[in-house]
Amino acid sequence: MTTLTAKDKDAVRTFWAKVSGKEEDIGTDAVARMLAVYPQTKTYFSHWKDLSPSSPSARKHGITVMKGVADAVSKIDDLKGGLLTLSELHAFTLRVDPANFKILSHCLLVVLSIKFPNDFTPEAHVALDKFLAAVALALAEKYR
Amino acid sequence: MVEWTDFERATIADIFSKMQYEVVGPAALARCLIVYPWTQRYFGNFGNLYNAAAISGNPMVAKHGTTILHGLDRAVKNMDDIKATYTELSVLHSEKLHVDPDNFKLLSDCLTIVVAAQLGNDFTGEVQAAFQKFLAVVVSSLGRQYH
Repeated sequence: MTTLTAKDKDAVRTFWAKVSGKEEDIGTDAVARMLAVYPQTKTYFSHWKDLSPSSPSARKHGITVMKGVADAVSKIDDLKGGLLTLSELHAFTLRVDPANFKILSHCLLVVLSIKFPNDFTPEAHVALDKFLAAVALALAEKYR
Repeated sequence: MVEWTDFERATIADIFSKMQYEVVGPAALARCLIVYPWTQRYFGNFGNLYNAAAISGNPMVAKHGTTILHGLDRAVKNMDDIKATYTELSVLHSEKLHVDPDNFKLLSDCLTIVVAAQLGNDFTGEVQAAFQKFLAVVVSSLGRQYH
């Protein structure tokens, strides 16, 4: 879609400062919701012993994903370059259909809305939605 | 025919019975117009939509947001035949309003986020799944009469 404006980046960084310390909870909740609300996403985790949203594997994965998102915030000025390795991972090894990035992004936004009802204003929402879309695009960069 | 579990029926009934339509409706529509600005194309006569503050304070947006939620109410009261309940509304959105059906999903995502903020931790993954399933059926029914 579009590139992030300076205003977008500021909004993302400002909001992310508030998230600090809660990343693990947010990540695990987002992945749990993804598995519960979009059961088709479970197809990527058939190697897990326990596919329930509250399983240790799901929790661990939520933390992993969130570390990636936090990393992306720090590399917001060059997502394509900064997320190159992650993109190669998703393209050649994981081969996650990019439609699923949208799904996880939505779940992440729902969690942010629950945890920060007053800070997750429409203005913060649009900046974060654009940011997550840009991250998804960077992640799909190496797909073809 | 959509199959609803007891949990899903109870969850939908519960969410809507406690909802303040005049708060949630305007908030969801305003959020949609702000986060997905191209949706403003359908509201050319709504006056000032120039920025987030204007949209959030616009009385026509508020009124229409409430109208939309009352429309959703019809589905809540007819969960076993949402398709038939929305035949006329689907024709209206297609023939008269010319709304791209992809927009229904955008509004539905914004509504989910607003309801999540309202319900807080009560909006669990299971509740979210039920709510989004309901909205998906609504969205599908609204798009059904397009040709």
